[in-house]
Amino acid sequence: MSELKEVRFSAESEDLIQNLIKRYPEGKQKSALIPALHIAQAEYDGWLSVPVMDKIAEILNIKPIEVYEVASFYSMFNLNPVGKCLIEVCRTSSCWLRGANDVVAHIEKRLGIKDGETTPDGKFTLKTVECLGSCGTAPMLQIGEHFHENLTLENVDELINKYKTETSHSKYLDGSTFRKY
Amino acid sequence: MARKILLEHIDVPGINTYDVYRSKGGYASVEKALKTMNPQDVVEEVKKSGLRGRGGAGFPTGMKWSFLAKPEGVPSYLVCNADESEPGTFKDRYLMEYLPHLLIEGMITSSYALGANTSYIYIRGEYFYLVRILEKAISEAYANGWLGKNILGTNYSLDLYVHPGAGAYICGEETALLESLEGKRGNPRIKPPFPAIAGLYGCPTVVNNVETIAAVVPIINMTGDEYAKIGIGRSAGTKLISASGHIKKPGVYEIEMGITVEDFIYSDEYCGGILNDKKLKAVVAGGSSVPILPADLILTTANGEKRLMSYESLADGGFATGTMLGSGGFIVMDESTSIVQNLHTFARFYHHESCGQCSPCREGTGWMEKIIHKILDGHGTLEDIDLLWDIQRKIEGNTICPLGDAAAWPVASAIRHFRHEFEEFVKNPSAQREVKYYFHCNNIDTAAAYSSI
Repeated sequence: MSELKEVRFSAESEDLIQNLIKRYPEGKQKSALIPALHIAQAEYDGWLSVPVMDKIAEILNIKPIEVYEVASFYSMFNLNPVGKCLIEVCRTSSCWLRGANDVVAHIEKRLGIKDGETTPDGKFTLKTVECLGSCGTAPMLQIGEHFHENLTLENVDELINKYKTETSHSKYLDGSTFRKY
Repeated sequence: MARKILLEHIDVPGINTYDVYRSKGGYASVEKALKTMNPQDVVEEVKKSGLRGRGGAGFPTGMKWSFLAKPEGVPSYLVCNADESEPGTFKDRYLMEYLPHLLIEGMITSSYALGANTSYIYIRGEYFYLVRILEKAISEAYANGWLGKNILGTNYSLDLYVHPGAGAYICGEETALLESLEGKRGNPRIKPPFPAIAGLYGCPTVVNNVETIAAVVPIINMTGDEYAKIGIGRSAGTKLISASGHIKKPGVYEIEMGITVEDFIYSDEYCGGILNDKKLKAVVAGGSSVPILPADLILTTANGEKRLMSYESLADGGFATGTMLGSGGFIVMDESTSIVQNLHTFARFYHHESCGQCSPCREGTGWMEKIIHKILDGHGTLEDIDLLWDIQRKIEGNTICPLGDAAAWPVASAIRHFRHEFEEFVKNPSAQREVKYYFHCNNIDTAAAYSSI
């Protein structure tokens, strides 16, 4: 654990988490844990390190283990570093019926990585996921908060080309997602 | 003709904004309820309407509401279940994306009926773009006096919050959802006590699906008695059906319950028939957990009657020859589909999504996925099919929550109706070994379509 370094959230993230805590009754600030982890993940390169999770525990005044057990349960939390562009491809029934496996195979070939791997330059991570509620517009993939639907292999190529030059991490949310109370 | 109630104004430009929604009669149910009705009257109207939970279980909503305990000095909560994760289901997403104010209006009217002053919309994390849409709509509702203190000058106050999850199918189970909302792992609770007695933070709580809450709006506007006249028998009202798979027009359709399945699949008003005019092979009628039915049994019941889109008709024949309406996730498969390969995606799904709390589900879902994978890989034996059957039977009914049943039913029904396909895979694996990618998709230009039988 020698790599532990001081984690300091931006004023914006800190403020957002404090604001989210207000949504729950007094003493129930633990309810803000999942949204707070999303905010932390968005600020820290798309994954949750132990120091980041410890900081969230400190802010919410709960034990670190309460954070770890939640972070390890939910599939959207990454406990290891990911590429700048995290490509999540749905492969459950309806998407499979409409060619999800072709999409996965194409991405693997284009990027030279397998499911779950990151390209050596740290640009892309490929992750296959279960149903994302886009069955009527299958096949689909998600990058950050964006759904890319009715995919063809040409669309996939365009997306890869577009995200190649992207310099910031794909995110599920930003400071403007949540309403302030 | 399609009868549109929830989606009546779906084509109006800007209906997702407050001003347009209001100009089309939006928030009238809140005015009516708060100004002319007691909370108990609202509950009675919902009871009379015959509305049943639209999330999958089909439990009568009014009855669920009437179970809510009302001890002195303890808050009660309404939580909207927007954790839509059942494969094949995407109706709630559609509703929230295009009609966010309908959900908010339903939340206000329903919260009033239940005496809740704080309500939450628990939405699956992958739908973050919808969090943005809902938060904007909630801001508009606050700005126009529909949320906050003393709504419409009455004594009633309500705060409404959106709460995102982080990727877990199990959180659609209501007690797992409440655990998740409390900031914990989504492990379902042992019932009783039911959430109506001890739910969120141990307080009386009602958890309802998005579509259920949205349906409260027309019920209050038109009265429960009028709503009960729509539909057929105990399947009152309209239902949103998410249609996907091998059909010409996938999408969300609002149907009056009681139309025939045949009409739904083949008429141009709905699915428009099978893609590339192939033959229908099988349908999963209500989301991945309900039993799959072959073409003949989905179109007609075992008695030879036309199968209808209703809770009762789809369930006709029990699990031997029937299925369930479930969440309305209607997945259509054409003649070229391999049932075994499709089942593998379901088995993998349930293995991935089991919370791990109960051994039969944690271990059983893994075994089922492995055995199906073994069969697909060409190493299966005929005994494996019996073993699969045995495992699913030992999961069903032996778990805290219904995920175990949901994992067992697709396996059981696939073997019940398509056992010959499993045998084919086992006996002639070499024909399958070369099949690397399972299916050719019409909008992707791959070399050839694989027919697996």
